[in-house]
Amino acid sequence: MSLEASIRLTLGPLNLDMEITIAEGEVVALLGPNGAGKTTLLRAVAGLIPFESGFVRLDGKVLEDTSTNKYVPTERRPIGLVFQDYLLFPHLDVLDNVAFGLRSRGMPRGAAAEKAGEWLERVGLRSYARAKPSELSGGQRQRVALARALAPEPRLLLLDEPLAALDVTTRAEVRRDLKRHLMSFQGIRLVVTHDPLEAVALADRLIVMESGRLVQTGAPAEVTERPRSQYVADLVGVNLLRGEAGNGSVQVAGGAVVSAAGAESGEVFAVIHPRAVAIHRIRPEGSPRNVWPGRASHIELLGNRVRVRIEGQVPLVAEVTPSALRELDLIEGGEVWLSFKATDVGVYPA
Amino acid sequence: MRRERVPIVVIVPAAIGAAFFILPLLGLIVRSPWRDAVTALTAPETLEALKLSLLASLSATAVGLVLGVPLAWIYARVEFPGRDLLRALTTLPMVLPPVVGGIALLLAFGRRGLFGSWLDSSFGITLPFTTAGVVMAETFVAMPFLILTVEAGLRSMDRRYEEAARALGASRWRVFTRVTLPLIAPSLFAGAVLCWARALGEFGATITFAGNFPGVTQTMPLAVYLLLETNQEASFILSLVLLLISLVVLVGLRHRWLIA
Repeated sequence: MSLEASIRLTLGPLNLDMEITIAEGEVVALLGPNGAGKTTLLRAVAGLIPFESGFVRLDGKVLEDTSTNKYVPTERRPIGLVFQDYLLFPHLDVLDNVAFGLRSRGMPRGAAAEKAGEWLERVGLRSYARAKPSELSGGQRQRVALARALAPEPRLLLLDEPLAALDVTTRAEVRRDLKRHLMSFQGIRLVVTHDPLEAVALADRLIVMESGRLVQTGAPAEVTERPRSQYVADLVGVNLLRGEAGNGSVQVAGGAVVSAAGAESGEVFAVIHPRAVAIHRIRPEGSPRNVWPGRASHIELLGNRVRVRIEGQVPLVAEVTPSALRELDLIEGGEVWLSFKATDVGVYPA
Repeated sequence: MRRERVPIVVIVPAAIGAAFFILPLLGLIVRSPWRDAVTALTAPETLEALKLSLLASLSATAVGLVLGVPLAWIYARVEFPGRDLLRALTTLPMVLPPVVGGIALLLAFGRRGLFGSWLDSSFGITLPFTTAGVVMAETFVAMPFLILTVEAGLRSMDRRYEEAARALGASRWRVFTRVTLPLIAPSLFAGAVLCWARALGEFGATITFAGNFPGVTQTMPLAVYLLLETNQEASFILSLVLLLISLVVLVGLRHRWLIA
């Protein structure tokens, strides 16, 4: 019981080449920057766009396979789809929206209305049954869209940026609700998102894609601790270097050498948390193995911490407190020294 | 707030332009023999023409909907070579002099026309100078308005609603009837009303293709024209009725189509 998809297609500037497998009961978040092809992949799985080669199999049944020319149209796939802007039918009331899928699959009017009512109850919107979608708030629409997708009891639930259309204040609450509903749904769940917080909150496993390719997959903690792409490192907010390991150091592209406690041999990633990087106005004395001069090219205040981007033999981001920044008397363009310990460099094979 | 002065070179021609439209309407209203209105309206010939006009224009609208909506759908949704040419051909009657349309219809569907002779010899069907001919002439001239309006509606609708319906298991037909048509309902309505109004006023193609037989092909506009020779007062009253209908259509559509 699983979803297996292998899809290759070209659409405008996008060159998509992805293979995904999702097991029964798994919640997978497809994470990536805008234009990575997440939504395209989702639509291809749903049968809404043709692909050049590949297949989609659900529970072992072939839904589409270019090698045998098999294509099960979208309307005959056991899927539920929640669009980014929900696309509730504006001419139907909330109950008829939720009943639409049941009626489409041949359920008599009365039974469909009853079941749709139960779903509205479940998402806490029973009293809105006769309201038009335009009368609902963003969060309520999201719940109706979810109820509409789940009512026909699909095997595969596909959600495209389910929270992106909401404002920040309601997003956290709706995310909790969504998490609860996702947990109670038994099938396979695939959530497309560009928001790492959303991905980590909702999913058991992340699939990170960039420019149509898979870059990393794994449990959220694993992905955030050991990023394998600049995109993920930026999302998590850590410095990511790639280079050749040897004898307690990593030689990065460009020739610079970083001392790293765990480095042994081979191609590796080295991750350095910005908090581990110290900034000095004069060359520091003492133990840190990694010390070099640089220039503070960008200073950004983020709540109670300050991120300073330092250009040097290896460009790095350091994180300090606002008071430390005042003591340093540092402005953008200022000359600094930075230092970090070899034991603060996390190394893992590339 | 200071109001900007409108230049006199604009006001004068604009005023003349407005008067050009208002004076004829005024003439119609002032000179109509209101006392004889009821008699003129209830005269058997008038009622016959009115009945025929309504029947023919509503039939033309129905034919327009049945044939025009699928055409509009194909223009909006299917890409094929020659689509633009086909669209131009099917909307040509909008700019064609109606009398030319009538002659073209005669040459195609007349007794000795291209298809007419075959229809006559094979099925014994003759179209010109019949009520069916009136409907054909009116459809020919009026349907393009419906096609273009519905096509614009289909092009501007968000097609992802159709995808959402498909993902919910709806067949193509169910998507079309339950999602597409309701979503383009304003365009459908506007197109149908424009088509109907144009059919109601149709004169040139009708008189050329269907002739002017009272009770069979004599619609209101034809009756008005004929009465002008024999009973001017009655023709004024009928003109006023047609004017009223046009006005109602215009006001009804103002928000749906003409402004937007």
